[in-house]
Amino acid sequence: MAGMFIDVVVAPEVAKDKDLAAKLTEVCPVAIFAVNGNGTLKIAEENLDECVLCDLCIEAAPSGSVQVKKLYETE
Amino acid sequence: MRFYEYESKELFARHGLPLGQRAVAESADQARQAAADIGGSVVLKSQVLSGGRMKAGAVKFADTPDEAAAHFDAIMPIVVNGQNARSVLVESKSPIAKEYYVGITWDGRRKLPVLIFSDMGGIDIEEVAETHPEHVSKTHISTILPFSPRVAKEAIGAVGVTGSELNRLTPIISTLVEIFLHYDLTLAEINPLAQLENGKFIVLDGHVDMEAEARDKHKALLDDLGIQPEETRQARPPTDFEIKGAQVDASDHRGVAGNVVGFDGNLGLVIGAGGGSLTLFDAVRKHGGKPANYCEIGGNPSVKKAKELTKLILSKPGVEKIAVMMNVVSNTRVDIVARAVIKGCIESGRDPAETIAIFRIPGSWEDEGFKILKKYNVEFCDRSVSMYEAAGRAVAKMS
Amino acid sequence: MSILIDKDTTFIIQGITGREAVNMTRECLNYGSKVVGGVTPGRAGREIYGVPVFDCVRDITKRMKVNGAVVSVPPKFTRDAVFEAIENGIETIVIVTERIPRQEVAQMVELANLRGARIIGPNCLGIITPGQCKMGGVGGPADDTRKAYSSGPVGIMSRSGGMTTEIANTLTAAGLGQSTAVSIGGDAIIGSSYAEIMPLFEADPETKAIAIYSEPGGRMEAELAEWVRENNSRLPVVAFMAGRFMDEMPGMRFGHAGTIVEGKADTTAEKIERMREAGIAVAERIEDIPALIKERLAEAA
Ligand code: SF4
Repeated sequence: MAGMFIDVVVAPEVAKDKDLAAKLTEVCPVAIFAVNGNGTLKIAEENLDECVLCDLCIEAAPSGSVQVKKLYETE
Repeated sequence: MRFYEYESKELFARHGLPLGQRAVAESADQARQAAADIGGSVVLKSQVLSGGRMKAGAVKFADTPDEAAAHFDAIMPIVVNGQNARSVLVESKSPIAKEYYVGITWDGRRKLPVLIFSDMGGIDIEEVAETHPEHVSKTHISTILPFSPRVAKEAIGAVGVTGSELNRLTPIISTLVEIFLHYDLTLAEINPLAQLENGKFIVLDGHVDMEAEARDKHKALLDDLGIQPEETRQARPPTDFEIKGAQVDASDHRGVAGNVVGFDGNLGLVIGAGGGSLTLFDAVRKHGGKPANYCEIGGNPSVKKAKELTKLILSKPGVEKIAVMMNVVSNTRVDIVARAVIKGCIESGRDPAETIAIFRIPGSWEDEGFKILKKYNVEFCDRSVSMYEAAGRAVAKMS
Repeated sequence: MSILIDKDTTFIIQGITGREAVNMTRECLNYGSKVVGGVTPGRAGREIYGVPVFDCVRDITKRMKVNGAVVSVPPKFTRDAVFEAIENGIETIVIVTERIPRQEVAQMVELANLRGARIIGPNCLGIITPGQCKMGGVGGPADDTRKAYSSGPVGIMSRSGGMTTEIANTLTAAGLGQSTAVSIGGDAIIGSSYAEIMPLFEADPETKAIAIYSEPGGRMEAELAEWVRENNSRLPVVAFMAGRFMDEMPGMRFGHAGTIVEGKADTTAEKIERMREAGIAVAERIEDIPALIKERLAEAA
């Protein structure tokens, strides 16, 4: 489930990558990323609307593999 | 944060200031017992966070334990300046020869504590200062030099008190100054400081105020005195609505979304920050609007925290619409507040376009914020519309 | 010209690695300010947006002349940080931190007075000389700061950080720029009150008028009124008074820590009267400030 204003979409190969998952968890200032028990990436849905649009997650992952969507811009 | 008299006296006693025999009574039976234990005549004083007890009839004298019990019942229901009594202090009544005043407070202009002393105690010190200025001395105290009793001596001497009185008063006043400095007090006052017929001095009435900012630092003392962290001790006790507001603010350390105070109106206010809130509250009233609350958001609170504040305000009985307004913001983000108030409306089952009378927060991230507001059809304005005008638009929408 | 800071002012940021301080550093740099170093104990060797971090102030001041310091450390450590700045010869110290017990503020002020340093704050957003230097969070991000502030003849002093920018923005929109704006802080005891900053504006040839934002509580407005009268100030002063509703609610604390009505002298009614007696114009609304200033500037010309 997306937030009311923000959704974050992560490519499956990035979500499975333990190193990248850990990195995303570290960079996001509002804890939108977390890791599952097996080290894969989990999105903390309740925090999505806290996103400050800092793009740190986008910069931390291979180009295009993390998208931050502003739901108020699309219909 | 004001202490009750019995708490102030407990603090004084720990530091060796001279006090009469006393006990706190929470029932007529306890008052009777206390009077019997103390023996002789006693005075019963309402424990209430306000001055003016004498005038309100909340101080009475008793010669017998039964009389003390009867007075307890008479005193407890008396409301003094909007404050209820917590208990009654029963204290020995002593024959007095002379009354003095001593107080320490802050002089905001000189930015130093000031020791105020007078040999005309027992009455309002400001009145004495006006009618008998030669009987009042004001002596400033350094905050970086160790305290030295010569300050007390000079203060006493300045009103012409000398002899054994000067020597007996010096240590008492010095101790009070040390208490003031040690506990980060904003006021430490003994009035009257009485000289008994036998020449001894005794603290008859006194009270202290501790700076709210210093409460954590002096937690051990507050715990000892039984002062709970949630006791705000403001001019009036907090309402349910205000307590919930404090909980919202405490739920997350990021930014401020609280300082809620309830009023009777129908227009909920989500306003900020410190100065902006004062300005906007005045503006709403100037336009004839009826605020349902005062509040402050600022310092960039999380969406969740500002949302919870919005929901709290919307849940207040009688709130028809909310106005979301701030001064041009620098670190609080427009888009974050926009998300929060819209989400707050929706989660309260209200249509944001209908419920938000006006959104006037220009500044940091405003373009992003305005996109969100547009999408939800919320009326908003940028910095070209003044705070005053925005408040007027909100008020105009109220029936 | 300007007061307190200009394009050549160098300053450091104490507590530079803190979350808010990192943002503030970036935006001060983006505005063109000369942030020459930062201090966080134990973090020497790091850099924040190219600004070198040191363990103590002396490690910077022994190498170069530093004019100012912005202190952005938790309340518990603020007094130590301010003492450190003062004892290392820094002259202008902006304290951003809030919730410092006033006795500690008094200690900082007392030491600053002994050493000839000046404290602005605490609980403030700092100082800005538009187009030259922004020292502190005042105005927010550099781009937003440029929108609100412009260079010109009006000096601003405000007990509210946010309202400093609201007033600047209103002046800018009306074509009135600012010489220097000072967010003086909202606490009961602050390093520099209106009356203590007035002599600087008075001596600054570029400053032609003053706008102030004031609130209930304290004696600062009365002190300003006295100063203006006793010194026969050449500067017209226009004040805005917020919190008028508080006159009816004695003992309640709203807004800043220093904002409370305890006695008659704390009320807005009383303060307005004091100021008007001294010839200070009191605006009913923020947007009335520019016209009142223009009127007075025209009279003076
Ligand atoms: S843009 Fe920033 S806040 Fe948003 S999800 Fe990415 S890292 Fe987190």
